[in-house]
Amino acid sequence: MEIKLLSEHYSNPKFCELAGYEAFGGYKVLKTALTMQPQQIIDEVKASGLRGRGGAGFPTGVKWGFLPKNGEPRYLLCNADEGEPGTCKDRVMMEKAPHQLIEGMIISGFAVGSKKGYIYVRGEYFHVIAILEQAILEAYKAGFLGKNILGTGVDFDLDVYSGAGAYICGEETALISSLEGKKGQPKLKPPFPAVQGYLRKPTIVNNVETLAAVVPILRDGAAAYKKYGTEKSAGTKFFSLSGNIVKPGNYEVPLAYPLKDMIYKLGGGLRPGRKLKAVIPGGSSAPVLTAAEAEVATLDYECMAGMGTMLGSGAIIVIDDSQCMVDMLAVLTHFYSHESCGQCTPCREGTGWLNKIVHSILEGRGRLQDIDLLVKVADNMKGRTICALSDAAALPVLSFVTKFRDEFEFYVREGRSKVKGASHAQMHH
Amino acid sequence: MFQLSNEGKTKVLSKMKRYETKESAIIPALYIAQKENGGWVSDEVVLHLSQLMDIPAVRINEVFKFYTMFNQAPVGKHHVQVCCNISCALNGGRELAGHICKELKIGFNEVTDDERFSVSKVECLGSCSTAPMMQVNDKYHENLTPESAMNILRGLK
Repeated sequence: MEIKLLSEHYSNPKFCELAGYEAFGGYKVLKTALTMQPQQIIDEVKASGLRGRGGAGFPTGVKWGFLPKNGEPRYLLCNADEGEPGTCKDRVMMEKAPHQLIEGMIISGFAVGSKKGYIYVRGEYFHVIAILEQAILEAYKAGFLGKNILGTGVDFDLDVYSGAGAYICGEETALISSLEGKKGQPKLKPPFPAVQGYLRKPTIVNNVETLAAVVPILRDGAAAYKKYGTEKSAGTKFFSLSGNIVKPGNYEVPLAYPLKDMIYKLGGGLRPGRKLKAVIPGGSSAPVLTAAEAEVATLDYECMAGMGTMLGSGAIIVIDDSQCMVDMLAVLTHFYSHESCGQCTPCREGTGWLNKIVHSILEGRGRLQDIDLLVKVADNMKGRTICALSDAAALPVLSFVTKFRDEFEFYVREGRSKVKGASHAQMHH
Repeated sequence: MFQLSNEGKTKVLSKMKRYETKESAIIPALYIAQKENGGWVSDEVVLHLSQLMDIPAVRINEVFKFYTMFNQAPVGKHHVQVCCNISCALNGGRELAGHICKELKIGFNEVTDDERFSVSKVECLGSCSTAPMMQVNDKYHENLTPESAMNILRGLK
């Protein structure tokens, strides 16, 4: 069942405007928060168990705690560079409730002692950027942003920055590079952004959903938030459901919600006559689950980790029995080879090799030893680079080849897909 | 020689003041210039921005070439980008891209003779639950069929 802590009023078109947002209690939490001690807010967020909703799942309050405890200027950046294939939840949140994000950012900025924030939005979201800019203007006019917010002496400025089409900029240090007007290349950690980030100042980067979730956490209290989910996966989360499914969409459910209920209840199941073959549970970087695994999985960090995959961004991609796994893997290897920023050799070369090998199989030129070569190349890409893109490219390959090896072997032997009628539109021309 | 309009120059200069460093204005400036240059960025555009912003051309080029939303060759008046990543691929996105090309009688990354259309295949645009989709210039069109996509394109001025 859906639990709409964030999305309760998303169906109301007025909710994206300041008046509509305030009519449903918007900015009330901000008013209370500004009377609290910043540390109290951090403690409440820590106690709520909120974990980063962008993909990594790092505890938000703990991340905030890494900031230096001095008065050094610091930045709060919202990561709205939603680019993980399968993910479209942040977009909906910003379209339906820009003020929820803004309120969450002002509160979070106050908590961590930041006077300046940016929302870094992927460039293709032109319409979202327009909505955010309008909402920020409204918030300034109403005195929620700028100097001396609501007469409390607290300052917080907020602006929007548009990316320009680079998946890697969703990685927090690449996002910072991009905001600084550079190529979006990740930086070696440490130093972590909390110590040295944007313009070498302490910086916090949080996902849209993470920052928005601060509002209901402070509104209802950490204990109420923790009622949902499990000890290690507290609260609600948005899931983007896509692929071969009757009712694709974005659904807010408590963590630990059964994956099969997401597919068959909220998602309306598969199309008539189709059977479930596989599910990618957390965006394209997450190792794929077989249908049998998907039947028993729950949507929380620990269950996913236990099954060798991850909750990631919460993008659930449903694959039915009409699809060829070799073909689908080729889509993914093309993506990662296109998006590698090129600075680390294992990733730059590895993503290219994975893509070439999968395509050689797809084009009927594959050899049986190529299947093991894929595994070898992917293994050599893990844990050897500055950022996680290399691992993100390797993991789907390893899981596809391991769990659906028969389809790869069949393809090599026969020079065609094991799945009758599966489409093989080529990506290259 | 490419020159931004006075309005464009004013916009770029205001972006240079809007952020903490003027380098942060490179991406916004490239957007402004690309629009005025008919949808792509030429060497002349980069040189002009370099002079206007007092930033070395090589520094602007580094940014320009890294990001896929800046086009390195001319595009049509209506630049059609069809998502071919996984959620769209599972719902016929690649076939849709091929269909549009066939109807417009061009290949991928080509421009029609009348310069009205160009088509490219792109990675995930965050429209996964409304697949398949295409982006035409700044606008998203979702839940497409080959027919509905062509109707949209034929209806454009």
